[in-house]
Formats: sequence, structure tokens, C-alpha cells
Amino acid sequence: MIKLEPRGQHSKLMAWLSPVLAGCLTLVSGAILFALLGQDPAEALHTLLIMPVSDLYGVAELFVKAAPILLCAIGLSVVFKAKVWNIGAEGQLLMGGLIGSACALQLIDAEGVWVLPLVLLSGMVGGALWALLAAWLKTYFNANEILTTIMLNYIALNLLIWAVHGPLKDPDGFNFPESAMFSDSALLPTLIDGTRIHYGMMFALFAVVVVWVLLSRSFLGFQIKVLGLDASAARLAGFREKRLVWIAMLISGALAGLAGVGEVSGPLGQLVPQISPGYGYAAIIVAFLGRLHPVGILLATLLMALIYMGGEMAQINLGLPIALTGLFQGMLLFYLLACDVLINFRIRIPALSRSAVAPIASQKETVR
Amino acid sequence: MAEPHVTPPRLTLRGITKAYPGCLANDSIDLNIEPAEIHALLGENGAGKSTLMKVIYGLVKPDHGELLWDGLPIDIRDPAHARKLGIGMVFQHFSLFETLTVTENIALALGDDAGDLPTLAKRISEVSTRYGMALNPDREVHTLSVGERQRVEIVRCLVQPIKLLILDEPTSVLTPQEVETLFVTLRQLASEGCSILFISHKLHEVRALCHHATILRAGRVSGECTPQEESSESLARMMVGDDTPISTDYPKVLADEPFLQVRGLSRLSEDPFGVDLQSISFDVHTGEILGIAGVAGNGQEELLGALSGENEIDNHDAIHFPHGAVGQLSPRQRRAAGMAFVPEERLGRGAVPDMSLKDNALLTGFLTGLVKKGMISHRKTRTFAEQIIERYRVKTPGTETHAASLSGGNLQKFIIGREIMQQPKLLIAAHPTWGVDIGAATAIHKALIELRDKGAAILVVSEDIDELFQISDRIGALCHGRLSPIKPTPQTSINEVGRWMAGDFSETDVASSATVSA
Repeated sequence: MIKLEPRGQHSKLMAWLSPVLAGCLTLVSGAILFALLGQDPAEALHTLLIMPVSDLYGVAELFVKAAPILLCAIGLSVVFKAKVWNIGAEGQLLMGGLIGSACALQLIDAEGVWVLPLVLLSGMVGGALWALLAAWLKTYFNANEILTTIMLNYIALNLLIWAVHGPLKDPDGFNFPESAMFSDSALLPTLIDGTRIHYGMMFALFAVVVVWVLLSRSFLGFQIKVLGLDASAARLAGFREKRLVWIAMLISGALAGLAGVGEVSGPLGQLVPQISPGYGYAAIIVAFLGRLHPVGILLATLLMALIYMGGEMAQINLGLPIALTGLFQGMLLFYLLACDVLINFRIRIPALSRSAVAPIASQKETVR
Repeated sequence: MAEPHVTPPRLTLRGITKAYPGCLANDSIDLNIEPAEIHALLGENGAGKSTLMKVIYGLVKPDHGELLWDGLPIDIRDPAHARKLGIGMVFQHFSLFETLTVTENIALALGDDAGDLPTLAKRISEVSTRYGMALNPDREVHTLSVGERQRVEIVRCLVQPIKLLILDEPTSVLTPQEVETLFVTLRQLASEGCSILFISHKLHEVRALCHHATILRAGRVSGECTPQEESSESLARMMVGDDTPISTDYPKVLADEPFLQVRGLSRLSEDPFGVDLQSISFDVHTGEILGIAGVAGNGQEELLGALSGENEIDNHDAIHFPHGAVGQLSPRQRRAAGMAFVPEERLGRGAVPDMSLKDNALLTGFLTGLVKKGMISHRKTRTFAEQIIERYRVKTPGTETHAASLSGGNLQKFIIGREIMQQPKLLIAAHPTWGVDIGAATAIHKALIELRDKGAAILVVSEDIDELFQISDRIGALCHGRLSPIKPTPQTSINEVGRWMAGDFSETDVASSATVSA
């Protein structure tokens, strides 16, 4: 039997080095994997990580992919700080895309500067309401939010598929499951000509700053942190627990919704069944990889976006399966969790150490 | 004492050393326990008493040192081995199953040695009668008082052949009368040849009961003595060293202007094994300390939860501040109305373990101008935390230290300081010095008296009856969710309050004392 023994001190430096270490281990494992698949590891890693960003268009694409991940992840950092485990960023993103599209399609003939803000706002409301549904189930029925948000993800996905096959299908679209193209006034302008990078990235960066201020300077953010660290202290201090859960879920859902509507009115320009290759799930990994800190999340987002692009690149250039993306994401999370455990605990193999020490730890537990 | 070599000591410890990460819990400790001796192990919290007894009971392996049992070296492998040798242990926190009977609980603890239940039940009756510990083997544990549960634990040790009984702070859960009964039992046991290791920090009990005492300080033996020959003062000095002030007496006051008025507070507990509050009425006057005594689990938690606003009550009129009923107000609104609260749990309710002292100062101090338009003033919060640390002599490297890294006493000084610095009109403190070293306890008492003299109403709920007599101006007791009469401290005695703690008071007593104070 192997035992884990808590280390006396927790190092702040090591807490930040852990994601870096996890990244390195992922690279090494990836290289070994490529070698086993008969690829030159150096070339494969180059294709995966360098080639996607070797020109301006590639860098711009990186930010196109980063924007929705960053919006979801920064919102998740707020709920996760409150220890409310919203796994539903994906569903909230889809609902944001769906409601935003419905709004944009209603306004398909409208012109004016007010169209785009209205479309974006409706997307945020869509995502927020989807999150608040889980908040309501949690606060009134004590339903576990991990389960409800995952289930809501599937409901959202099916609602979206129903909509593109039904009410929102383009009447002139030869029966393809997609909506009509939005009008220009409902589209997010691009930032650089000749690329697809759009205002969504600016919104995401703005959200990073706002959440940073919220969590580090505002009393609301402080209450959210206290609730997450120690709910009974929050109760004693008179913080309103249910209200805080609602607010945190509202922020998280609205930002995920913005990510969704940013996709349909940004690079896509219409509603299609696949508006997200799992950005909402990737954002969970990003939030933890970034240590729930705005700067960490920003860096982790870029890495995650790069893995998405690299996966596509490897598929095209090396003929490797697209599942590579998921594999790298999984390895990253696995190594991060492993590093965290090893930083906070040391492994003891009783058979190897002095025989006297081992039984104590287990018995201390039973006595308590 | 002239012939110690004829019979070897029951237990000898030689140079026992045990280190935990960052702390040397036991530093080469020597100890001798003779047959039929009641031996006291005295020391403050954190002096290493618990670790040492766990070493004896086979729960912890020492890093160095040896144990001799009846003169022969022995390596106690685990508690089962210890029990086989004849070592029994009664922990401070009982491990009993509430829904099982006394017999079933003891059978579970004994395992294969239990035999069949009817025989065991008979044996339990015999043992409890013989040692004067009335106990019905067929009762379910949740119907027993804390004192009776302790008897279950002791009887569990006595139904097997026993040579050494270890008791960890056994009197902290007993009324003064129950303590006397326990002492009779222990003396009888010792006279039959059983050795007893009595772990305590209550000096007068050690002096009343024990033949010999070993005193621990910071993991080392700081003294050995015959307690009857020492004064409480000299014993305390051995426990805390020369540089710590030891408690003093405080003048009592009588005030008559009520701040907190509780009238007919009743509340059914949600917990099936919780305590229902039954029509509790009392006043806390401005400029006085009201002490409420009682053995834990008699409704203290429920009463405190209702007063703090964490638990909702049906009858909003039951709790009054001078400006009106507050029974419907949230904890935050009650704070705004002048209430401050020191909870029993320091880490995990009074303070957030993984937050800095600065953030913990903000936790309840947010109503004192530290937050403007929803934004935290980090500068003001830091100053506030620094003031608490300075004024209440909290030993810490600075305001960024996490609350979890402070010792219990230091953290309690910080929490009480934080509440007092908000200049409350009413302070409710639960077990303010529980588990705190003597130096910190004295500092906390002084701070409470100071606040009282500034005109605040203070309610102290504590299990430590000595503490209540020291600082309270009036005193009462809780038993089974009922409140005893309340009397000015000089007009009552430890014996009387002890009887109240056991529920020995009538409704007419309560009614007459309520009209007197109202």
C-alpha cells in the first residue's frame, strides 16, 4: 500500500510552478507518443505548437480560438472561487449562441449601431438564464450543481440542434441545418484586415480586468471568496449565501453566453450545429491550470487555443487523428492534478521505510 | 517510597521523543507510574500531553525512547495490544454510536472478547454498581447525558482486567458534583491496585485527587511533585513558566439597564439528537457580564445560533434589543445594530483558515468603514488588522499571515480583538478561552472586563465554571435546553451552579429570578 502524507508547508512558488511542470511533462509524454506512432517527435511537436503561430494569420487565429475559451474560463474562475462547481459553461455558451442567433435573425433586415449590442446582450442573457436555472435548482432544491449543469449541457445542445433543423433553419439554405447569414450590422467587426480576429477578444480581455478587480478589490468578490473557503464563516459574518451563489452563477453564465454569441456573430456569421468544439469544457481545465487567477488564466487560455490549432494542423500535415487535441488536454489536466498532489503530499511506501512509521498514520485517522 | 525496587513501577517511560513536522511534541520525557498510584499529567494545551498518552496507548510510535511495563521493556504495537496488557483509555471525545445501547457499544469496542450480550450486560451492571457509576446497560446512548456517556467509556475499560487507566481531561464535561462522584470511583479503583494516569489542566482537581504529578511544558518535563504539597500557584508556575501573568480577581458590578432581552425563546432543533430550547428568558444589562454555564450539548449551540441570527426562530419577539425586536434580523443586521459575536470554532467560523489576518479582519469588520461603494479599502483594512495585532498582542509575523498558522490562543486574541475594536454594544462570546493557554486566557479576560467597564453588555457561554465565576457578574446554567435561575455571582456558589447544570432547579425558581432581574 502506498500512503500520502501531507507536507508541512505549502509553497506559493511551487503552486505556480506546478502548471509549468505539468506543461513540460505533457510535452515529454507527447514526444514519446509521437515517437511510438512513428513520427519524428521534434517535427511533430513543431507542427503542433510552433507552426500554427508562425505567421500573422496564425496568430490572429490563435486569438479567435482564445476569445471564447478566455470568456468562459474567466467566468468560471468566479464560480469556482465560491466553490460552486459549474461544469455547464459549454451549455451556457451554446444557449448564448442560440438566443443571440434568434435575436440576430429577427433583426436580419434591421440596420443601425444598436443591433449588435442587442444581439450580444441577448446572448449574455441566454447564457445567464441557463446558469441561473442551475443556481435555482441548487439554492431551492439543494440539487448538486455538478450534475444539473452537465445535464443542462446536453439539453442546450439538443435545443440548438432542434433550432437549426427547425425554426431557425435558413429557408433558402437547401435544407442544410444552418441559419441564414446574419446582417452586417449584427456581426462583430474584425480587428485586423485579412484575419478573422474580432472584437470578442477585446471583450474577453476586458472581462479579465473586470473579474480581476472584482476578486481582488471589491467586497462582493471578497464575500464570494469567503463563501468558497469557509461557508460557515460567511454565514456568521452575515453574508447572504444564496444570493452570492446566484451572483456568481450569473457572472459565469453571462460570460459564457457572450462567448457563444461572439462565435455566431464573429467568425461564423450564422448559427450552425457545431459552434463549439468543447470550449466550455476546455475552459474548466484552463481555469484550474491558471490557478483561478486572471493572469494565469490568460496564459493557460493561449496554451489551450494553441493545442486546438495544433491538433488541426497535425491532422492536416501529419495525418494524425483530431482526437490528439483531446488527448493533450487530458494529459495536461492529469499532470496538473498529479503535480498538485505531489506538491502537497509526499508519498510513503511503508514496506520500504522504517516499519514502525506506517501504521501510525492510519490509526490516527481511525481515532479521530 | 522506601522500596521502589521491590515491585517495579507499573509503567516507566525513558527518554520518549516524538517529533511532528515543525514541532517537537515530546522531548526525551521520563515518567514513572507506580501500581495503585493516581498520577497527574499536567500541562497547557500543546505541551505534549496528548502525544505522550497516545504513545502509551500504542497509537503513536515514539522516534526515540523506551517503555517498560511492569519492569520489562515492551513495544506497544497498537491499541488492541495495549488493551491486552491491561491499559484502558478514556478519550476526551467519546466514540459512541448514538442509536445503539450501552451494551452494544461496549460489545463493539471489545470485539471478539465481548462474549454474548446478556452476559456482557450483566457484567456491565456489576461493574457499574461496584464502582458507584449508575448505568443501565439497555439504554440507547443518545438518551444519556454527557456524564453518563463518560461512564460508558470508563465501564468499557473496567469490564476487562485493567492495570492502567488513562483519562484525558475527564472533568471538562462534568458538573462539579459529577466530578466528585468520578473521584470517588477513581480512588476506589486505585485502592484496588489499578494505576491511573489523569490528564488535566485544572490544578485544584489534581491537588484533590492525585498522589503524584508530572508537569509538561513545551514538550519537556518541567517539574515533578506531590500535588498536595504544592499550591495552585506553584503548580501553575511550573506549567506556564515565570514570565506569564496568571489570572487575577476582577471586581463584580451590578447593572440594571437591559440591552439584550430574551423572553420565552423556544426552538425545536432540526437535528434529531439536538436539544430543543424551552422558553428561555434572560436579560443582559449594559455594563455587565452574564455567564451561562452548562455541560456541552445542553442547548448552548442552539441558543447561540438563535442569538447570532444564524438559526431562524419563529417568535420574532423573543429577542429584543433596546430599539425593538430583532428575532427576524439577519446576522448582518444584528451586527449593524451593535452586536458582535465570538463563536466557539475559531478556525472555520470565527476566522477563515486560508485567508490572511488582514482579510480576516475584514470578515466581520466590514461595517466599520473598511468598504466604500462596494470596494475594499486595503489600506484601512491593513491598519485595522495592525491595530488588533498591536493592541491585543497577537504574536504573528504580520497581517499577511494566514489565520491557520496562528496558535489557538493567538487566533482567539485576534478574533476577540476584532470584535471588541468594533465597539459593540453587545458581545456574545462562546467558550472564549477554550483550549487557550493561561497567558492568552488572562489577556482575553482582561479585554472582556475592559469592554464591560466601557458599558457594553456581554454574554459569555462557557463550560469552564471556574472561568465564569472569575469574570461573570451574574451567572446561570443551561440544562436540556432550559435555563436555570440567574443570580449575582457573589450570591451563589460553585455547588449551586453545579446543581443547576445537572437540571436541579424548578420553574418557580426561574420565574422568581426572572422577575427580580426584569
